[in-house]
Amino acid sequence: MSGNKSSGVRYGMVIDIDKCTGCTACSVACQQENNVPFREDETNKVRSITWMEIYQLDNGMPYPEYRQAYLPRLCLHCGASPYPPCTFVCPVNATHRDEDTGLVNHIPVRCIGCRYCISACSYHARYFNWWDPKWPKPMEEMLTPNVSPRMRGVVEKCTMCVHRLQLAKDRAFMEGRSELEEGEYVPACVESCPAKAMTFGNLLDPDSEVARLAKSSLAFRLLEKLGTEPKVYYLSSQDWIHKLADKVM
Amino acid sequence: MTGENKQQNSGLLGWLLFVVGFTGALFVGWVIFPQLLFSTQYQPINYNHVIHQEEAGMSCEDCHYFRDDGTYAGKPKLAACAECHEEPQGETESEAMLVSEYVEPKKEIPWVSYSRQPDNVFFSHAAHVKMAEMECTDCHGDVGQQTEAPPVKINRLTGYPNKIMKMYVCEDCHAREHVSNSCNVCHK
Repeated sequence: MSGNKSSGVRYGMVIDIDKCTGCTACSVACQQENNVPFREDETNKVRSITWMEIYQLDNGMPYPEYRQAYLPRLCLHCGASPYPPCTFVCPVNATHRDEDTGLVNHIPVRCIGCRYCISACSYHARYFNWWDPKWPKPMEEMLTPNVSPRMRGVVEKCTMCVHRLQLAKDRAFMEGRSELEEGEYVPACVESCPAKAMTFGNLLDPDSEVARLAKSSLAFRLLEKLGTEPKVYYLSSQDWIHKLADKVM
Repeated sequence: MTGENKQQNSGLLGWLLFVVGFTGALFVGWVIFPQLLFSTQYQPINYNHVIHQEEAGMSCEDCHYFRDDGTYAGKPKLAACAECHEEPQGETESEAMLVSEYVEPKKEIPWVSYSRQPDNVFFSHAAHVKMAEMECTDCHGDVGQQTEAPPVKINRLTGYPNKIMKMYVCEDCHAREHVSNSCNVCHK
């Protein structure tokens, strides 16, 4: 997180690949929570929108050495200084990093759909709305009121459920607090993980679980050599995962 | 002589045309265009804030309160009105209408909002009232002193009321008060 203006809060995530069972509960929870539209044919991965996507990794060895693992991928909310790659290239300032929280946000109504940020992102974390969102009849009633659906022609991506941060802050304000306690703000994916493979919190708080795990010797980040300083860390005790994770990006 | 007269006349005529055209343009811009752009909507019931405070001894928070989770209740639901207005209490026409058209058939009152923000705006009343200690009147005006509900002007193109707070007003105040102007502070 070098170079960021310090506010004492840098939200980040640690995902333990050894614990992940690839059940995709995080992916479903994300889709539901953030009103992410889907289409009849979701097999076309170039056109589908999946803020939280799960890659399947395997070590390529024949049985009995065969091993496989799952790599949940979301926007890594890069901490690179002074800008993450995506916000650096945006011609209309539709995406930018909140220096108080470290979250990279995207404002769809300001987006002109040039998709420059999609090409700049090294992690395929950004998606383009090729069509206006449509939900089958009863599902319209189930949309989250706290997240505004996006329209055709704009980019969207993981926001780390920033609306949950807004609501958590409101609750804290009612108690006269301006600081959040650990666990008050958690994205939907982390909350839904049945294997408890994901941890979320303030990376700058030395007492937080997420900061402790991020410093672990098992921790690594995707494409670290690029200097994008992602705030999502992965844990694995297996060497082949460390080596392969960069190659699948 | 006649030539000079002619010149004077055409000068006068030019001025006259200019004045007529100018006032006409102003009239179109100031009177006709706003009427075309904004539709006037009246509240379903001519609500009197003063009478509720003075004669019923109610306070603002009886209807406009914070929920425990920090969200704001805004306008009260019919159930709150029905607590007192099961039967008409006075003799006003508005109250008779409230009882006969809404309370008895148990139909929610379709109030028209004076300040409905677009869907992608997250406005936190808790942040402004509880933390920044702003007064309600700073943004909403002295609504408590209104004896009748003023009509709402709705922009026909956007569907938003004309007195809605604009983004530059939010940004100005946030900048002055050194509060973050980051997109996701107010947008969802």
